[in-house]
Parts: sequence; structure tokens; C-alpha cells
Amino acid sequence: MLEILAQTAPGEFLDGFKAIGAGLGYGLAAVGPGVGIGIVVGNAITAMARQPESAGMVRTTMFLGIAFTEALALIGFVVFVLLYFI
Amino acid sequence: MSVLALEYPPINHLFDWPAFLFDGTPLAVNKTAVIYLAATAATMVLFGLAGRPRQSLVPSGVQHVAESGLNFIEESVVMQTIGPEGRKFMPFLTSLFFFVLFSNITEVIPGIQFPANSRMAVPMSLALLVWVIFNVVGIRSQGLFGYLKNTLFPPGVPKALYILVTPIELVSTFVVRPFSLAIRLWANMVAGHLLLVTFAVLSAALWGATYIGAALTFPMLIAMTAFEILVSVLQAFIFTILTAVYIGGSMHPEH
Repeated sequence: MLEILAQTAPGEFLDGFKAIGAGLGYGLAAVGPGVGIGIVVGNAITAMARQPESAGMVRTTMFLGIAFTEALALIGFVVFVLLYFI
Repeated sequence: MSVLALEYPPINHLFDWPAFLFDGTPLAVNKTAVIYLAATAATMVLFGLAGRPRQSLVPSGVQHVAESGLNFIEESVVMQTIGPEGRKFMPFLTSLFFFVLFSNITEVIPGIQFPANSRMAVPMSLALLVWVIFNVVGIRSQGLFGYLKNTLFPPGVPKALYILVTPIELVSTFVVRPFSLAIRLWANMVAGHLLLVTFAVLSAALWGATYIGAALTFPMLIAMTAFEILVSVLQAFIFTILTAVYIGGSMHPEH
């Protein structure tokens, strides 16, 4: 194992860590927003089921909540792109 | 030249599309610029045709599309977020919605298959325009001092907490808002485009290798295309409604 590591060029080594960092970074960034969007949509469905006449208002607010929560996941995606492609 | 999306472009076209007209000058035109020009023209033609004089009372065709678009913006964006006095922003919000929609929907149009908003330039410019507009609206309706006071020192918070709240509000209102508005549109479009390209390449490779292998990925490609149509419309809607929320927030401060 150590012999193989010693044979790799330092550049390749760095590229490998970059790929690991990019992949892990996006994966970790998606965890929180995933839970958050689940909570937003779940509660919106509860509200719509309890009061179907307010469904339109709830849906608009739900999309707003999703948009705010999703921003974090998207920033994670941007970090992934920046790390991996640039 | 893969302008017509007849073959797979190389991976670096994801971020840097070569210019094919006036190359090397500031007026260089590439595929993204062509799509934006077409989206601008489509928005202008839609409302130009719908708005010409002596229309029938019962709308049909183009007029029907434009009127239901306007109605949608009024009912589900302006009324829900700003209220009746937000009607003067209707022209801005409607053209914003249709421009973003037309430049997103090219993602799924065969022969183009490239969302123009997966380039940062125009989402960022639109977000900066929105930033200027909501700040100007806030200053005009509350005065510079009142606007800053209501934004940075939200009422109803214990005085000691302002040490914590004011920097957060400063960053979230004046920095994160335009940034996240642009990132949201851009990253959704890049992610959707990558998803479609991945499944298209996979289907083509599996079809070439085994024929039967594409039976799983090709239906997935079709489903993803339908999903991306939904995402294109939804992102245009979210961009518009967040603009309206920001304008409404600076028009009526929280009490």
C-alpha cells in the first residue's frame, strides 16, 4: 500500500483528494436541505388536508419555503462544481 | 460545431461555449446569446401580438396565452405577496416570468437542448436588477432612514439581541438575497442539464452495446425530460415570486 502511494505523483494524489472532497462536500450539503424540504412539504400536506380551501395559499408558501431551503443544497452543488471542474 | 445539439459537446462546453459570430470582439455571439435573443424576441412577440388594438372580447390564441399568463401572475404572485398596490409591478414581474421561462424551456426543446440560464451572467444581472428595485422601492416608500431601521433593526426583538440580529439581517438582506436568487436559477438549470445529458449518454451507450440495456434508461430519460419541464416552469415562478416577496417586504415593513 505504502509502495503504491509512494509511486503516485503528487499531482495525482491531490486530484484524488479533490474528487473525494467534492463528492463528500455535495453529499453532506444535501443532507440538511433534504430533511428541511421533507419537513416543509410534509407540513404543507398536513395543512392542505386539514383545510382544503386554503390549498392555494399553502402551495405558494410551500414553494417559497422549498426555494429558501433548497438554496443550501444548491450552494453545495456549486462548491462541488467549483472544486471538481475548475 | 454542436450548435444544434446533434452530437454530444465536450465537457468543457458546460462552462465555456465557443463563439461562432464576431469571435474575439465584445459583440461575440455564442449559443447562449442566441437563445437569450430568441427568448427576448419571444416575450416581445407574445405581448406585442396580444396587446395590439381592437382585440376580440373573447380571447383566443396568442391573446389567450398572454391573458392567462397575466392573470396567473396577478392571482398567485402579486395578490399573495404584495397586495393590491403591487399591481404597478405587474409589467415587470410578467415580463421577468416569461423571459426566464423562455430561456429555461430551451433545455427540453429538441435541436437546442441547452438551458440558457445555466450561464451565470444573465441570472446574476437579473438578480442585481431585482436588488436595485427592492432597495429603491424600500427607500421610496419608507425613506432611507426608515428603510434601514426597519431592515436592520426589526421591531419586536429584545434590544440586547440586536448585537446578533443586525449583522445577520445586514448580510442576509443585502448580500445573500441577490446571490441566492442567481445561484438558485443557475444551479437548478446546470443540474437539470447534467441530469438529462447523463441519461442521454447512458441510453445511447447501452443501446449501442446491448440494445436491451436501454430499456431501463430510456424511459427514465423521458421521465426526466418531463420533470425538467416542471422544473423550468417552477424556477421561473420561484424567481418571480421571490422578487415579489422582496418588493413586498420593502413596501410594507413588519410591525
